[in-house]
Amino acid sequence: MFAYIVRRTLATIPVMAVVALFVFSLLYIAPGDPAAVIAGDQATPQDVERIRESLGLDRPYLVRFSAWLWDILRGDLGVSIFTNLPVSTMIQQRIEPTLSLMIVTLILAISIAVPMGVVAAWKQGTMIDRAVMAFAVLGFSVPVFVVGYLLAYYFALEWDLLPVQGYTPFSQGFWPWLENLILPAIALGSVYIALIARITRATMLEVLQQDYIRTARAKGVGQRSILFLHALKNAAVPIVTVIGIGIALLIGGAVVTESVFAIPGLGRLTVDAILRRDYPVIQGVVLLFSFVYVLVNLAIDLAYTLFDPRIRY
Amino acid sequence: MLRRDLLKAGVATGFAGGLTRAAVAQTARAQVLRMVPQANLTSLDPIWTTANITRNHGHMIYDTLYGMDAQFRPHPQMAAGHVAEDGGRTIVITLRDGLKFHDGEPVRAQDVVPSLQRWMRRNPFGQKIASVTDAVEVVDDRRLRFRLKRPFPALFAGLAQVSNSPAFIMPERLAKTDPFQQVREAIGSGPFRFKADEYNSGSMVVYTRNADYVPISGGTPSLTAGPKVAHFERVEWHIIVDAATAAAALQTGEIDWYEQPPPEIQQLLGRNRNIRVEAIDPLPLTGILRFNHLHPPFDNKALRQAILPAIAQEDFMAAVVGTDPRNYSTGVGFFTPGTPLANDAALGPLTGPRSVDRAKELMRAAGYTNQPMRLIGPTDILAPSAMTQVGADLVRRLGFNADIVLADWGTVVQRRTSREPVANGGWSMLFTAFSSFDFANPAAHFPLRGNGTGAWFGWPTAPRLEELRDAWFEAPDLDAEKRIAREIQTVAMDELPYVPVGAYLSNTALRNDLSGRVSGLALFWGIRRG
Repeated sequence: MFAYIVRRTLATIPVMAVVALFVFSLLYIAPGDPAAVIAGDQATPQDVERIRESLGLDRPYLVRFSAWLWDILRGDLGVSIFTNLPVSTMIQQRIEPTLSLMIVTLILAISIAVPMGVVAAWKQGTMIDRAVMAFAVLGFSVPVFVVGYLLAYYFALEWDLLPVQGYTPFSQGFWPWLENLILPAIALGSVYIALIARITRATMLEVLQQDYIRTARAKGVGQRSILFLHALKNAAVPIVTVIGIGIALLIGGAVVTESVFAIPGLGRLTVDAILRRDYPVIQGVVLLFSFVYVLVNLAIDLAYTLFDPRIRY
Repeated sequence: MLRRDLLKAGVATGFAGGLTRAAVAQTARAQVLRMVPQANLTSLDPIWTTANITRNHGHMIYDTLYGMDAQFRPHPQMAAGHVAEDGGRTIVITLRDGLKFHDGEPVRAQDVVPSLQRWMRRNPFGQKIASVTDAVEVVDDRRLRFRLKRPFPALFAGLAQVSNSPAFIMPERLAKTDPFQQVREAIGSGPFRFKADEYNSGSMVVYTRNADYVPISGGTPSLTAGPKVAHFERVEWHIIVDAATAAAALQTGEIDWYEQPPPEIQQLLGRNRNIRVEAIDPLPLTGILRFNHLHPPFDNKALRQAILPAIAQEDFMAAVVGTDPRNYSTGVGFFTPGTPLANDAALGPLTGPRSVDRAKELMRAAGYTNQPMRLIGPTDILAPSAMTQVGADLVRRLGFNADIVLADWGTVVQRRTSREPVANGGWSMLFTAFSSFDFANPAAHFPLRGNGTGAWFGWPTAPRLEELRDAWFEAPDLDAEKRIAREIQTVAMDELPYVPVGAYLSNTALRNDLSGRVSGLALFWGIRRG
């Protein structure tokens, strides 16, 4: 197991190298010029050129790439072209809101979706099953921003129960922190809940047909134990896989959710940096997201062993 | 008081205690002004970048030697006054008492001189001042001297410039930074201090009242002139990119002021009895159609003139601000409507009956034979985007062999720097808008320059426009300025460095409990609660 973890961790290095090359090259060939954005609407072409020179954007591809790569190897993600702040500082400022949003969404989604899927499988063909499936279709179909606007309209504007926007750090108290995350987490989690509920239902239906479940019933084991101890544990591997894959969905969805609810997270940072062509920030954030995704995949692979003892690494 | 706050406080401490807590929170809230600015504040140096949001940040924390009033007259601000000697060729400016930077250091002439020198290297008005100045030098801690080549009446208007970029005064160590590099700190002597430790670009910018700031005595605040009295202990800029979210936050009272709501949101906010929507600047912004003068087809003056009968300023303005005529002006020329230099000279081709057919005839007469042209425009900035859509429809109706390229603003600003012909990726036409200050006079009026490849994107060559601009700087009085402005407009309507496509008001939305806002731009002195 330990050797496997080391092997997988080392395997992230070439993956990250390819990501780095890809991101840098893509930005190099993409249209846009941060010097022109900085200079503003009133600048002359000469001003733009001087700013481009001062930022080193007039240097050849290989020179810029090797300088950036050297900095990355030394753990330096560079400095934002616009704010003059280190990219690592900007990421630190933004990581807590995004992490908080993802954690609350994950907890919310799993605690709602898994029981929903289990119950739907148990009550297959009934109104409850149909209601769960209808909810799942709705969750998939309605865009995150629409859910977000509807929630903000009713819970904030009409009923004044929760704030419309913003983020309060955890250090300022649990409720102020959670208060700002409830609506975004529901909005972001709607797709995720639908996805997990459907997979849970499908996998549970399959497991509930197994001989050992029939045997358990024949032995007089209670319905709750059958569903949550015997069946769910054996259905867990595909569910965990979907939860892991869904983290990519969350990262993508966070960009929209953070915009709608004005949460100062990494998603907004990425979009702002792309619109301004703030290359060091884009590169830093994409590298971070890639690294997180690789780690999540590793964690999921390891989690399989918890649910299925037959899996060995 | 928000129902949410009351409920929260009540639950936390019991009902009676909760009321007390909520009341305390309410008092603290009264000392804070929360505003959603027009854009994210990404750069802190208003000399390095000409972004309007950075200019507004500059007005928070920096001060200028002279302020400009709403009638575009300069008044001493950091200056106590000045003395003209040697027939106006030497100007000695004295700083007023009590000026201090936010780091506690006094403001000295040694700080002012490098600040002005840095500004004069980047700003076009500053460059003009530099061209007529032999030296700007320190006399002593409180006095500086301009030694001019000849009397230059526009000097004080330049030092009082409101918009991009004002001649902000920084500490000497920052002012000596290369003007093409950003300064590393945001320290000024203005009415607010920048809270660097709370700055989170893309989320929040915080300022606190500068307790050491001594406003000038007497007078009333008018644009950047008059006393700058800060009534809020703390000002927070909340960056909310989504217009619907910002509008909802204003309605619930989470924010107090939404600087630039889009037109459809303005209508919604206008119906709320706790909110008022008003023009942030009583003077309008001007929209322009810019040609690329370097290459066919619009290197042909006759073709530029040919399309004038087809340009309906109402169409462009309705796309930007809606159909309510109170929000836009037509019959707009080359100077901001409502300013002293605005005039109607030679505007006939833009104000007579509109006719696409007439324009097509003129295009044929001008020798247009289906040469390709490219219109570039943004999709993510409201006014230029709307004008581009109308412009795209117009060039199609006129029968141009048009390639319409829509992209995000970051791409457009890069693409417009290309001096290549259309076949090599260049452009022929674009739309954008400029603030009232930019078009109030020839000094900051970039698109009106005719200095060829040194001019603003589009690079028109019109030597007569340059001569008239120089003449305006030397004009002895307003009457002379007006005469020159009429002549400039006459030449501009012939050369067409650009075509004005109307002027529109930019509206802002505030909670009704705010009063005393100073008109012109998002300024934070004068405004108070109650």
